Amino acid sequence: MYAFIVPGLLFFLVFAYLPMLGNVVAFQDFSPFRGIAGSAWVGLDNFTALATDPEVRRAFVNTIVIATLQLIFAFPAPILLALLLNSLLSETVRRFVQTIVYLPHFLSWVIVIAIWTQVVGGDSLATSLLSLVGVEGFNAMGEAETFKILVVLQSMWKDVGWGTIIFFAAIAGIPRELYEAAAVDGAGGWRRTWSITLPGITPVITLLLILNLGGFLTVGFEQMLLQQPAVGADAAQVLDTFVYFRGVAGGQWGIAAAAGIVKGIVATAMVLAANRIAKKLGSQGVF
Amino acid sequence: MAAPTLSSPVGRARPHRPGPSRGRSRGTGRAPWEHETPPLVAALKAVIIVGISLTMVYPLVYIVMMSFAAPSQAHSGTILPTAFSLDAYRAIFRGDAVLQGLGNSLWLTVVGTSLSMVFTTTMAWGLTRTRDVPGARLVLLLALGTMLFNAGMIPHYLLIRSLGLLDSSWSLVLPGLISAFNMVVVRNFFMGLPRDLLDSARIDGAGEWRIFLTIALPLSKPVLAVMSLFYAVGYWNMYFNAMLYLNDASKWPIQVVLQQYVLAGVPLPGAVAAAEAPPPALSLNMAIIVVATVPILLAYPFIQKYFRSGVLTGAIKG
Repeated sequence: MYAFIVPGLLFFLVFAYLPMLGNVVAFQDFSPFRGIAGSAWVGLDNFTALATDPEVRRAFVNTIVIATLQLIFAFPAPILLALLLNSLLSETVRRFVQTIVYLPHFLSWVIVIAIWTQVVGGDSLATSLLSLVGVEGFNAMGEAETFKILVVLQSMWKDVGWGTIIFFAAIAGIPRELYEAAAVDGAGGWRRTWSITLPGITPVITLLLILNLGGFLTVGFEQMLLQQPAVGADAAQVLDTFVYFRGVAGGQWGIAAAAGIVKGIVATAMVLAANRIAKKLGSQGVF
Repeated sequence: MAAPTLSSPVGRARPHRPGPSRGRSRGTGRAPWEHETPPLVAALKAVIIVGISLTMVYPLVYIVMMSFAAPSQAHSGTILPTAFSLDAYRAIFRGDAVLQGLGNSLWLTVVGTSLSMVFTTTMAWGLTRTRDVPGARLVLLLALGTMLFNAGMIPHYLLIRSLGLLDSSWSLVLPGLISAFNMVVVRNFFMGLPRDLLDSARIDGAGEWRIFLTIALPLSKPVLAVMSLFYAVGYWNMYFNAMLYLNDASKWPIQVVLQQYVLAGVPLPGAVAAAEAPPPALSLNMAIIVVATVPILLAYPFIQKYFRSGVLTGAIKG
């Protein structure tokens, strides 16, 4: 049996756990040429530098704003879509629509951004159509002010369909007797959705919400990185892109790693807190 | 955390839990009390659903149409091109960049998916006996831990650098060789295989490798298909790692090529032949987007087929 386990174990040790140790560079004035052994230890200097760095503040604020918008708009969207599709009477139509809305999930962010640029960007279909009604120079992909809304819309376009899968599974798990009994008692379609379907999928919603909070500060890294040239760092710098630009591109490895650690700690704390709140409210929680 | 469960291939009875696509499709359909949608609500639903579907599909259709549009119509004002040409495709394949990108992505997808599947399934099989193999449970927990904690970008980059993998195509395969989530899904599927069958094979003297290769794998085709597709889509779509680890443009996968020449607007080398009117940049861009997307579109019906089988729903269900 160990012949099966050891290669996988080695993989996880080398590529997942060894790098966790690599985070010690956050406490160093690290340079790749000197290596971890040869770089000077600087204690918490990198963390204090972070606290006073205006770019960190900007990245942090952007991250929080986008993450909150995602939570308010992109998180409930698949639930609503699943309820809507579930209420369709025709199985054929429902399957057809499912086939269509799942598709964008499988496209890479590079392709998604490229497509959006061609449809609502600076010299795009939308620009031409709007110029017909007198609106010139429309460019949804280059506006720093509305960029955060754009990001949420893109995420919804890509993943709203995919997100419905899990809610469909949850809806399918609700006993049909409940609906029959409610119908006999005179409950209409809306009432059945509100009083049976929604409570029935609440455990799944809670579970996903908790898992989502773990990735709360991870807001579409590739999505942000790819669009930063178009809208500028003021609008599109988030914690992950900060780590990339400051560390890999900028060579300030220690500060970037410190930002990564802070983000990791915050994410873990949020999962634990959400889990505790869910339990207090009577839900099961994840662990 | 809640480990993903998977409906076993033996058809374990699950009252009240039909797969979403199974339950209602059979028989006469819905109960009579479900047929009571007022016409106005039905019309509203139809409008919303058609709207959503068009939003998802029209951009893709538009890109494909414009990639074939004749040069005279290849500008952003065309909604429905009427004259077509293959100039854009001829142009993007004239230089090396796009072909090379497609070749690199093909290599990455084939080699990456194969290796990922080998290591994912062997590890999953090894972890099916957490009860009687000492240490197996600890290994399982270590693997699950990677789903919650990630070391972050900087240490990963430093690791790849110190392993001497910068500018090597292996830097795109090795770091993501096994996805803990996929591994656990496969493991749970293996756990659902009929025990009697495996035990009788063991009594007959079959070794673990033999049982794994001749019994476990053939019985697990649906889940193996889904996992292969997941890995394949992941490798085909890989962008950031390639950008991070590869400087050598001849090794770039198609996603980086797409980003460079379409999003960043670097002129595509070799696309413009001497003594010929260059094809409009718009149709070049569209054509590159299309060739990068087509493999996904080709794989999509297969992915769909396995959604139908309910395997995936079981896998995701917490």
